[in-house]
Amino acid sequence: MPEITYFSPDGTQTTLDARDGDSVMETAVKNGVKGIVAECGGACACATCHVYVDEAFTDAVGEPGDLEDDMLDGTAAERLPNSRLSCQLKMNPALNGLTVHIAPKQI
Amino acid sequence: MDDRILIIGAGQAGMQIAVTLRDEGFGGEVIIVGDEAYGPYQRPPLSKAYLAGTADVESLELRAEHFYADQTIEMVAGETIVDVRLGEPGSGDAGIATAASGRTFEFDRLAITPGSTPRRLPIEGADLGGVLYLRSLADADALKKRWTAAENLVVIGGGFIGLEVAAAARTAGKTVTVIEVADRLMARAVSSTTSEFYRGAHERRGTRVVLEAQLARIVGDAEHVTGVELAGVGDAKGEFIPADIVMVGIGVIARSELADKLGLDNINGAIVVNEYAETSDPRIVAAGDAVLLPHPLGHDGQVRLESVQNAVDQAKVAAKTLIGIREVHRAVPWFWSDQGDLKLQIAGLSTGFDQIVERGSQASEKFSVLYYRDGRLLAIDAVNDPIDYIAVRRALDTGAEIPAELAADSSVALKTLITSREA
Repeated sequence: MPEITYFSPDGTQTTLDARDGDSVMETAVKNGVKGIVAECGGACACATCHVYVDEAFTDAVGEPGDLEDDMLDGTAAERLPNSRLSCQLKMNPALNGLTVHIAPKQI
Repeated sequence: MDDRILIIGAGQAGMQIAVTLRDEGFGGEVIIVGDEAYGPYQRPPLSKAYLAGTADVESLELRAEHFYADQTIEMVAGETIVDVRLGEPGSGDAGIATAASGRTFEFDRLAITPGSTPRRLPIEGADLGGVLYLRSLADADALKKRWTAAENLVVIGGGFIGLEVAAAARTAGKTVTVIEVADRLMARAVSSTTSEFYRGAHERRGTRVVLEAQLARIVGDAEHVTGVELAGVGDAKGEFIPADIVMVGIGVIARSELADKLGLDNINGAIVVNEYAETSDPRIVAAGDAVLLPHPLGHDGQVRLESVQNAVDQAKVAAKTLIGIREVHRAVPWFWSDQGDLKLQIAGLSTGFDQIVERGSQASEKFSVLYYRDGRLLAIDAVNDPIDYIAVRRALDTGAEIPAELAADSSVALKTLITSREA
């Protein structure tokens, strides 16, 4: 199972095993990682699961889709080049070791 | 010590109450009791990803099983509470809830999140095999069981659920007819501008939409429905429409059994609460679909909101009330409906609007409709247009305005037009 490490805004670090195919958001929420709100449950409808992807994984995660790209313009925290909505990042073996920093403000 | 909190109802709201209690540092016992076979799960994907096969039971879970143990939240599934007796405050007497199985749960403080149940179709044939509703995972499984083999789907009710299922069925290549009694789709949630767009969009994708339709009866036997017969009015009068599945989505009603039992004030079964989520019995808080609450943006009147957002935001307030934190419920209501490749996002409540401003292009299936009353921004329907949606949601969140006369220019980004109300 691919591993993800989250850095929460309060400084805590959490490493979890993700189920193949589950999103970075789902894995965090189901395990109670602080900082990801994700009110819509992964429908790309609320922009409250904003993360910054560690640069080592820029290529592996790829580019956001059009809808996600639009939603990212509406995030509460600053959008950076490595900003993603974690509900749109599906885990697979190639993403093993993925590290994300959770944006400090979601709503 | 008054330190046991019982939450009756294990949906989105019930779970959120438990989570917020722990987030706020409550150290006593927290027990959630739900009558479904599963722990708290997401309902929205049932009419979308779950039906399409891209989500499974495990992916629907709101929290992993170990989360409840980690947080020392006791999650009890499969128990229906049939009786509740409240203790006397200060007397040391505990309250006690009794399940149908005979199992009992003692508590000092009580939250109820009963949720809602689909409105049943009151016509001949409504109990035939293949006449289905969609609310729970069990409902979704019943639908999926007939899904693959079904060629013809009739959807009764042109609201969110019905249209989501219709879109999923069209994507799967089925022949789909949507039958709606009103003269337009989603009449309760959006204006006629948005309704008309959706009728056209579904028709372009091959779904037949019959408006102002009256049903005569559903035809078939106890195992299999064969079709739906319309009554002698409207464009399609007397027509027989073949169906292997009749999916009924004509709204939900609040589950009121518990409120009745507890003698709580309710209107049409919806439990009346104040801005702190307190029921008419101040010892009991309530949240979610079954609740009638003061307008969450401070406008006149009470509303009942069937949404994830409302369940979550109201539950947070209810949890805080339980542990003595007085926080008024104020939240921008928002909703979404994914119908195939059309994403509808709504922020605010448009009820009572006297002006609309349309932006973008219906022809390209990317547009938004802003609602105003007396020149003040009320709400937005955004179709495949999350940028406008987010801008309006933020404006409503902060009590700001987006002047109608400026919003009409689609070439200008809405977020650059947000002005504080005092300005």
